[in-house]
This record gives sequence, C-alpha cells and structure tokens, in this order.
Amino acid sequence: MSIHSLPLTATARLPRRALSLSGWLDRESVFSWLMMALPLLFLAALVGYPLVYGILLSLEDRPVAEPGHFVGLKNFITDFHDPIFWRVAVNTFVYTIVATLLKMVGGLGLALAMNQDFRMKNLVRAVLLLPFIVPTVLSTVAWMWMLDPAFSVVNRILIGLGMPRPGPSWLGNPVLAMISIIVINTWRGLPFYGITLLAGLQTVPPELYEAATIDGASGWQRFRFVTLPLLKPIILIVTLFSVIFTFADFQLVYVLTHGGPQNATNLFATYAFDIGMGAGQLGLGASVALMMLPALALLIVALTLYMRRA
Amino acid sequence: MVTGQNPIARLVRVWLPVGFFLVLALFPFYWMAITSIKPNSELYNTHLMPLLVRNPTLKHYVDLLTQTSFLRWTWNTMLVAVVSTAISLVLGTMLAYPLARMRFAGAGLIAMTVAAIYLVPQPLLFLPLADVINRLDLGNTLTAVILTYPTMLVPFCAWLLLGYFKTVPKELEEAARIDGASRLQTMRQIFLPLCTPGFISAGIFAFTLSQNEFLYALIFLTKSSVRTVPVGVIAELIRGDVFYWGQLMAGALLGSIPVALIYSFFVEHYVAGLTSGAVKG
Repeated sequence: MSIHSLPLTATARLPRRALSLSGWLDRESVFSWLMMALPLLFLAALVGYPLVYGILLSLEDRPVAEPGHFVGLKNFITDFHDPIFWRVAVNTFVYTIVATLLKMVGGLGLALAMNQDFRMKNLVRAVLLLPFIVPTVLSTVAWMWMLDPAFSVVNRILIGLGMPRPGPSWLGNPVLAMISIIVINTWRGLPFYGITLLAGLQTVPPELYEAATIDGASGWQRFRFVTLPLLKPIILIVTLFSVIFTFADFQLVYVLTHGGPQNATNLFATYAFDIGMGAGQLGLGASVALMMLPALALLIVALTLYMRRA
Repeated sequence: MVTGQNPIARLVRVWLPVGFFLVLALFPFYWMAITSIKPNSELYNTHLMPLLVRNPTLKHYVDLLTQTSFLRWTWNTMLVAVVSTAISLVLGTMLAYPLARMRFAGAGLIAMTVAAIYLVPQPLLFLPLADVINRLDLGNTLTAVILTYPTMLVPFCAWLLLGYFKTVPKELEEAARIDGASRLQTMRQIFLPLCTPGFISAGIFAFTLSQNEFLYALIFLTKSSVRTVPVGVIAELIRGDVFYWGQLMAGALLGSIPVALIYSFFVEHYVAGLTSGAVKG
C-alpha cells in the first residue's frame, strides 16, 4: 500500500467528478436510484397499489359497478360463518400438502433415475420437462378429456386391466375429484422438482460416495447420509416455491372442475373468483383472497430470507 | 456412478424408472395428438381400441382454423408474450444492474422487496387489478394484459438477471471506468453485451410464463377478437355442456407448439435458468 498515492488521487478526482452534472449522475447512489426509478414506479403502481387497494376493498361492501361503502370487518365475519369457506380452506391445505409431498418424493425419484449414465440423456431431460413448459390450461384440457365421464381413456385402460365397468367417475365424485387435481398438479410440477434436484445431485462430489463406500456404507446409507444432507438446501427452496404456487393455484381447478362437485375442489383462488367475478361481490371476494395472505406472507418471508442468505 | 453392470440389471436400474417417467410425462400429449386426428365416429365409439387411430383426418384442425378465431388468438398470444417479455427484460435489467453492481443505501431492502413481489401470487391481486383496469377503461384491450403480465415478469427477470450479472467479472467495467466512461456508457456498451446468455434464459422464461398466463386474460379479455389461446379455448370450444373434443385437442396441441418449439431451441438456457433457483413450480 502506498501512502503518497492516496491524497493524490483524492485531489485529482474531486474537481472532475463531484462538481459537474455528469459527475453527480455518476455517483453510485444517484445512478442506481435513477436507473431503478421506472421499474420501481411500475411495481408500486401495479403491485403495491392493488395490494393495498385489495385490503381496502375487503373492508367494503362493494357490488360490481357500484360505489362501495366501508363495512369494517363484516366481510371477514361473513367468511367465518360460511361453511363453504371452511371447506375451501381445508381443500387448499389438503391440495397443497399432498401435491407437494408427491412432487417431492416423485421429483427425488426422477432426479435419482436421471443421475445415471445412459444414452440420449439430454434429450430425455428435455422431453421430461414438457409438462412444465406447456401452458397449464391446455394440458389440463387434455386431462379433462382423459377423465371424461363417458369416454375416459384412463378408465378404459383400467377396465382393460380388469376393473369392473363403468370405472370410477373421476370428476363427479368429491374424493376422486380432489385426487384428480392433486395428480394433475403433481404431473405438471414434478419435472421442475426433478430437474432442479438433478442439478443439485450433479454437484455432489463423487469422492464423498467413494469415501462412504470404503467406509462400508450401503446404497441406502449413501443416499441417507451423503446425498440427502447435501440436497437439503435445494429441496427446501424448491418446496417453498412449490408450496406458495400450489397454495394459490387457480387455473388447473378452474378449468378441470370449477371447484366442484359440491365445492369438493374449490380452493381460495377459485372461490374468491366465484364470489368476486361470478357473483360480483368485489369486497367479499377480496376478503376471501386476503385470507390466503397470512400463510403466504409467512412462506414468502421465509423464502425471501433464505434466498438472500444463499 | 455404477458402471459395468450386466444389461438386465442396467435395464432395471436405468430404463425402467426413466421409461416410467417418460410415459407419465408424454401420455397426455400422445392422447391430445391422437384425439385430434380421429374422426368423430372413432372418437365416440367405445368398442374400438382407443390408443390407435384407424382413419386419421385433419377435419378437427380445419374446423378449428375456419370456424373459430384460433388464428387470431394465436396472434394475440404471441403479440402479448413478445411485448410483455421485452418490457420485462428492459425493466428487469434496470432493477438488476444497480443491485448487482452498485453500493448504495437501501440496496438490500430493494432486493428483498423485488424477491417478495415475485412471490406474490396473482390470485391475491386479481380483484383489485380488475377494478383498476376497469377504471382505466382498458377492459377488452391487449394493453390490459401487456400492462399486467410484467407485474409478475419484471420481478422474475430482475431476480434471474441479478444472479446472472453477479457471475460476470467486473474487470472490463473497471477498465472502462478508468478510461473515463460514464456509468451509463459502461453499462450499455461494456456490460450488457456480455450478458446475452442471461437475457436468453430470462427471455424464454418470461415468454413461457406469458403464454401460460390465464387468470388476467380470463378477466380482462372477454371479447373473442382480443382473447389469447388459453382463454379462447376454454371459453369458446367448451360451449355449455357440449364438448368438441377433437377441436379442443387440436387447439391444445397447436397452442402448445410455439412454446415447445422455442423451448427446444434454447433448452440448455432454460435448464440453466431453472436450476439457478429463481423459478417457481
């Protein structure tokens, strides 16, 4: 480190940078805030404002196309006395938890299967991601046809395998309808899980497996004590992502069952849509949507903190 | 990993599980394709073996393209996806560059806010947004979705690009600064040209997310002429309780092809973005 150069550069820089407009613009903080101003304004206007406005709406009796008036927490009290609301809450939790568990286990299986050497591996990986790429609505329509009451190909395969006719009514039976939306959500999200975990698996140094093998670890023990601990951060982050967006899922259910039969598959998002858009009760609908917020906020804060640390 | 096994053990270890996942992933697409080329007489005949087609026909495709506005919906979808992706890449870069390179008070807070906004799901916003769009008199215009899609795409692009920008070495920028370039010149002329792979990753994701979007399009676009493919297919090919399965499957397949094509060209960029830990599933 040179003692003499420090005051020299300091005096040399001062007149050039600090006094002119271009010098001011070149200051890190000025440049940064000017650069970020437009996107931040955009997000404030179209995310921040609607979020706050949504909270205000939830405190209003607000039929569509009419001015609303403030009713305090009345909408939330209505929700709490609404048996369908509780059904929706239970549905959403069941859907989120079961689908996430299936994606986690299936995705891990997919990653382990793909983490072997075989020909055309890149092609297989690309093809396996297709369910995740293709617009959800379009693939859900295909599933709807596969589960059609009269012409279900799934049932015809099952009958071919010996199941008695006419086979289950997938979308007509409350329990089967819930199973159906869980399976389709899993079908779509599993490749995302699998390929992300595969990338994690590929970063595990082979020496660790060799060392474990020399120490006499079995295949299961290598998985349990080497693979799993190293994958834990990735599993956690993927799971949080998956939980947030399964919890707030809309399109799959809207297209496949519309929340039916008898609200058996209605979720927060679809129920809020029914009330807000279908019945035109913007305030009450906003209150249903906002009931997602406590659980979501918890997850979002957890994930944001975690991503920042990583 | 394990090598030198006999072929049967290999078959069981590798191709049995991989084959299972392949069949699971691909069957719905196979079923889409085969349904779309079956004549109605085969489609609704339960005595025929369903997995094969006997007399393939393009009738459903012809009907789809002539009797519905499918081409119009495809054009709308493309236009909206391209424009909102472009907007999101520009705005995302404007957020990500300072966050990746500059030191200023509040940087950490802004980064956290952007990440949190990215995680706010649409169902939380759609009712108030519908009212905002109504008041702006933008209902039934493509502007409504071009404005609202970036609400999820900007934070996403910013987050993905932020990760990418941090991997680009700083030396070139420092050299340009010493040569007297302003920060803006350094960013535009030196830094951004180095980031093409990052832009491709973010761009493909933003493009597929726009193609996939349904809720905003469903609410804001209720006239056939402005609809996107997902909304058009759901709203106009399902008429009451009558399903035109041949046309529906033709539409689902055709609607999936643009995304699948773009994806197949850039699959490595896609996977790179996917595994960077910024994608929701």
